[in-house]
Amino acid sequence: MSLQQEIEFTLNGVPTRVRVPVDMSALDMIRSVVGLTGTKYGCGEGECGACTILLDGVSVNACLLFAVDCDGRSVTTIEGLADDPIGQKLEKAFVEAGAVQCGFCTPGMVMQSRALLAKNPNPTREEIQRGIEGNLCRCTGYVKIVDAVAAAARAKE
Amino acid sequence: MTAIENYIAPTSLEQAVELLAAGEATILAGGTDLMPQSHAGRVKFKPTLMNIRRIPELKGIALDGGWLRIGALATISELMAAELVRRHCPVLAEAGDHFASGQIRNAGTLGGNICNASPAGDTLVPLLVLDAQAELVSKPNGSLRTRTLPLAQFFTGPGRTRREPNELLAAVRIPVPPPGSIARFYKFGTRPALDISAISIGLAGVLRDGRLSQVRVAFGAVAPTPLRGTATEKALEGKRLTPETIAAAALAARDEINPISDVRASAWYRKELVHNMTKRMLENVAAAGN
Repeated sequence: MSLQQEIEFTLNGVPTRVRVPVDMSALDMIRSVVGLTGTKYGCGEGECGACTILLDGVSVNACLLFAVDCDGRSVTTIEGLADDPIGQKLEKAFVEAGAVQCGFCTPGMVMQSRALLAKNPNPTREEIQRGIEGNLCRCTGYVKIVDAVAAAARAKE
Repeated sequence: MTAIENYIAPTSLEQAVELLAAGEATILAGGTDLMPQSHAGRVKFKPTLMNIRRIPELKGIALDGGWLRIGALATISELMAAELVRRHCPVLAEAGDHFASGQIRNAGTLGGNICNASPAGDTLVPLLVLDAQAELVSKPNGSLRTRTLPLAQFFTGPGRTRREPNELLAAVRIPVPPPGSIARFYKFGTRPALDISAISIGLAGVLRDGRLSQVRVAFGAVAPTPLRGTATEKALEGKRLTPETIAAAALAARDEINPISDVRASAWYRKELVHNMTKRMLENVAAAGN
């Protein structure tokens, strides 16, 4: 039995308190303890980006983050983008560009794109490619994903 | 299965080193290495897991006299964005650009990259050519003690350093490069993102009136630790960057490394890469003049 620790943080704007094993990843906490399954487990070692979340507004791999380190911080998952203007533009653009095939990489792609557009609202295609370099897609070949992010950046409020 | 009996997130440097004086701890910063390594069983947790991310003394990037002091908790993204780093040590920001992915650059820390002591650690080669020092803090007999150690002496093997178990890496100190300083970094991997380098090369010095002095060369992923290229440095020190000098330095670089063959590259290929890229980097310095 692992040592447990109680932590408090904001999850998608909601104050949250959980008890977690101290060696648990934030990804396991989000999926198994909190029960939000939009964030995906791909590789478990930071290579694929499927588990990308925002920690205090900055994108990180939830599989590499210790859950205990969320204490006192603000965590946003793909579910939290439902009410977010940039998140909504990305959702619409991903659908319209056909940027989703199996969909497994999509939550991570959208989260990383959200972080990119917050920092750089008008990225070039090269900047978009650089921005999602930590996210793997095995279906689409990336062209439509880059199209979608570019379209979301162009879209008016 | 875990052996962790105690989790603590100290909020001051003094509190952290008091805990280290009381017994060994596994130190957690960004977690980007510790998480996969502990899951794979390559790192065993000590009884105490100490999360150092809430220690303000380990943060910040500032000038301190003639030194640029970078707190151990600076993330790679913070390093790349920092005006002081871009102005005084652009080669370090440039190396950050080759580091893993955006998500990992946002979480991984400079201190973690140093203490993990990978022979291929992306910041280590530029830090070596910038003549960086490790600032190590401990509290051995009830009072705080700080010692600095040149990074060139810090690494002893893969994952091994001269940091004592009761010490915490608080910061890295880099002497502000004098006017006329040049620096270059090159990393070779099979793809731009998330790759562990097959080799990396760093080069720094002062270029005045066409002559290169205070030359420092370093190589990554060609030995159990990142290392300084002393023979290559000697081939360049005080010299004009003529084609003959550059050719001699490239040969010295090839001959002073003794890499292994592994999944990323053969020893022969590594030596060829180091030869050819050292030559190309020096030609670039000669052509650019800065």
